[in-house]
Amino acid sequence: MKSESRLGWMLVAPALGVIALIAIFPLGWTFWESLHLHELRMPWLGKPFIGVDNYVEIARDPRFWAALGHTAFFTFVSISLELVIGLFLALAMNRAFRGRGFVRAAVLVPWAIPTVVAALLWRFIFESQGGIANELLVSVGILDQPIVWFIKTWTAWIPVILADVWKTTPFVALLLLAGLQNIDLTLYEAAAVDGANPWWQLRHITLPLLKPAILVTLIFRTLDGFRVFDLIYVLTGGGPGTTTEPVALYTFNALLQNLRFGYGSALSVVIFSITFGIALLYVKGLGVKLAGEER
Amino acid sequence: MKARAGWGQWAMGGVLVALMVFTLFPFYWALVSSFTPDAALFRDPSLWPKDIILDHYRALFDERDFFTPIRNSLIVAGTTTFFCLTVGTLAAYALARLEFRGKAAIMAFILAVTMFPQISIVSPLYLLLRSLRLIDTYPGLIMPYMTFAMPLTVWVLTGSIRQIPRDLEEAAHVDGASRRQSFTKILLPLAVPSLATTGILTFIYCWNEFLFALSFTLGPERQTVPVAIALFRGQYQVPWGQILAAAVVATAPVAVMVLLFQRRIVQGLTAGAVKG
Repeated sequence: MKSESRLGWMLVAPALGVIALIAIFPLGWTFWESLHLHELRMPWLGKPFIGVDNYVEIARDPRFWAALGHTAFFTFVSISLELVIGLFLALAMNRAFRGRGFVRAAVLVPWAIPTVVAALLWRFIFESQGGIANELLVSVGILDQPIVWFIKTWTAWIPVILADVWKTTPFVALLLLAGLQNIDLTLYEAAAVDGANPWWQLRHITLPLLKPAILVTLIFRTLDGFRVFDLIYVLTGGGPGTTTEPVALYTFNALLQNLRFGYGSALSVVIFSITFGIALLYVKGLGVKLAGEER
Repeated sequence: MKARAGWGQWAMGGVLVALMVFTLFPFYWALVSSFTPDAALFRDPSLWPKDIILDHYRALFDERDFFTPIRNSLIVAGTTTFFCLTVGTLAAYALARLEFRGKAAIMAFILAVTMFPQISIVSPLYLLLRSLRLIDTYPGLIMPYMTFAMPLTVWVLTGSIRQIPRDLEEAAHVDGASRRQSFTKILLPLAVPSLATTGILTFIYCWNEFLFALSFTLGPERQTVPVAIALFRGQYQVPWGQILAAAVVATAPVAVMVLLFQRRIVQGLTAGAVKG
């Protein structure tokens, strides 16, 4: 048993070493960096230690709070839609019907393509007053006349949310489908014998038993939502102005546009802390049970 | 009762068809538009292709040299995937088959790492790569890519190997095979599909990555496909025709892989995720 333990650690060591070296060590460095004034644009300032000054600046930075608000808004709206549509898709794919294989493969494609490409496809659809979205919406009478989507904040959110729903709902549906397939079918048969209608079955059998899968999906997607970057970078660039800018994009701009490494690192630490809090919930609530689970 | 079930079926079918149209339309539209002259893109767009031209694809490869980002992406994603699979297989074997203390903690740790936001390590990686003079190089991308590819590989592979029955290995043990033999002679051949699936997933994640590639490259020489597409600029206006042609080119291989290996990819994705 002891040799097995040693072998286990030996085999895991290289992978853990890589992760520690290139992921955990930089994380500590980010924190260290965040306690300094470090402007790459102004090398003559050096890199003085300033304690928590960067964090104080964040607390007073309206653009940060706005970005946090945008991120939370984006995460909440897109995940709500994805869960509802994803649940529907999962329930549909769980039945046998002609073309099910095609449906399952087709929904996976948006998930697999680069987010940048997804964002560009949707940008193109909503681009310009002569674009296809305007054309279609005017022709069916939803719009009176073509609009410019990307100059107003609330219309700019529409393509962003649509693109995210389009790209990630398949993933949500597949996670939920895996959960659905673990549900014992005899429960439904018993309920049907007792005369329960499908709606009752959904509310009293499917949803309660699907709760763990829904929870996992929710947390996965919340974390994804909080680090949204590619999609908004390409679709709106955070605009108009900075009214759709999420925290990851603000941090990226602080770091690589303004070269404010101290302040940008402090922003990184804040984002990390928020996501870590959510991840901790996951690992505490479900992950440990999951990892300890042996066939 | 029967009639109502029928209505339900029809409603469900209808919504499903609508969702399929929603899913496929952007691809269709990009494909059609990539064959349409720039001048006609935003003037009375027609859902059916009118005059088909190949100019955008020609310009993409002749004028823009789109081969370079493709080559860069292949090199970076390929090397990362290969390295992660090599190192990850050992770890996954240990985590799936051996009993040792700290295993649950390691799994929790790896899961936690897969979830942390990339942006939180951009600043130190940038400073590190700069001081090593690795900005705008292949190693300067491969190294950062390990941060998300390695935990992903180990996690998916462990989940996948756990689903392979142990009977054969146990029988071999009874017959006096060493652990090394049972690993190389029995498990490894059985795990080839798992390795392939994991490799495909890791490759897709690397192929699609944007933030690191944007942060750690400087110009077209080392840009990957997503960065190159996102930064396409024309002299006077956005070259939508070429952007869409590039989008089709970048999407096609992934789409083919997904359609071919759909079942395995789904298994790989969900094996570790939903066992709550």
